[in-house]
Amino acid sequence: MGVVPIKSRRGEDKRMITKLNATSIMVLDKDEALDFYVNKVGLEKGQDIKQGSYRWLTVRVPDDPGTEISLEEPGPPVHDEATAAQLRELITKGALGGLVFQSDDVRGLYETLKARGVSDFTQEPADRFYGTDMGIRDPFGNAIRILQPKKVAHAAKA
Amino acid sequence: MNRRVLRARDAMDRAYAEPLDVRAVASVAHLSRAHFIRCFRAVFGETPHRYLQRRRVERSMFLLRETDRSVTDICFDVGFTSSGTFSRTFREIVGETPSDYRVEHEPMLPPTCLQMAAMRPVVAAGVAKRSSTFGIAAAAAAP
Repeated sequence: MGVVPIKSRRGEDKRMITKLNATSIMVLDKDEALDFYVNKVGLEKGQDIKQGSYRWLTVRVPDDPGTEISLEEPGPPVHDEATAAQLRELITKGALGGLVFQSDDVRGLYETLKARGVSDFTQEPADRFYGTDMGIRDPFGNAIRILQPKKVAHAAKA
Repeated sequence: MNRRVLRARDAMDRAYAEPLDVRAVASVAHLSRAHFIRCFRAVFGETPHRYLQRRRVERSMFLLRETDRSVTDICFDVGFTSSGTFSRTFREIVGETPSDYRVEHEPMLPPTCLQMAAMRPVVAAGVAKRSSTFGIAAAAAAP
């Protein structure tokens, strides 16, 4: 059962995947998204590179440079106009996937977000069996959840 | 337009436990009551009233699974104003009574946001798709 580890030449086990390097989220406007995710949510700007007409624009969690979140707009050359229109429909219906972040103080962040003018809360901070979480939407309709995991005493490893 | 109607849907997901009036929800989308109902149906495929009913029933299913609260308490917890309406709506949507559902189901592990997204019940087979306004629950609650 489970994944069979790959053996390296020296014989030690290698896991095939070690980290999430980048993910992406569909937005209607990259500049507006950058403003929201950096100035409202509190992420930092990552890559901002123009390649011809394409702009590779990412944000990431400050002090955690491991995972880039690429902000992607529907449209050519990646999507034909009909596909882009469908994607815009789905984004604004909130029907595409979102992002889940962690925080060490969800209730404090909630106050900060309100002070920064965020009003689209899908859920005020609430306590669950796995921690405290809250939900917001970005300006386009994507769901963002922020979780403060419950601290659990780590059982001693056998 | 989608984004505005989504904002109103979010408001229902947030405030399902409160007495909600379709006009108030429509105002979140800056739309008149009739226009809002039409737009909501076009965007999400069901009326705002049915959406709210399914949200309330989903939350009641959650409380039936996760807590020991009485069926009557849960009915009011999730925003129904009469236990008759709650039982009837629950049976209509889920296909069994709240008590039977409770006996057969245990707490679930996925995070609440995923449960809210994925566990909102589809209407049980054979149920006519009526339901247009918030008025039904309000009328049933009148003494």
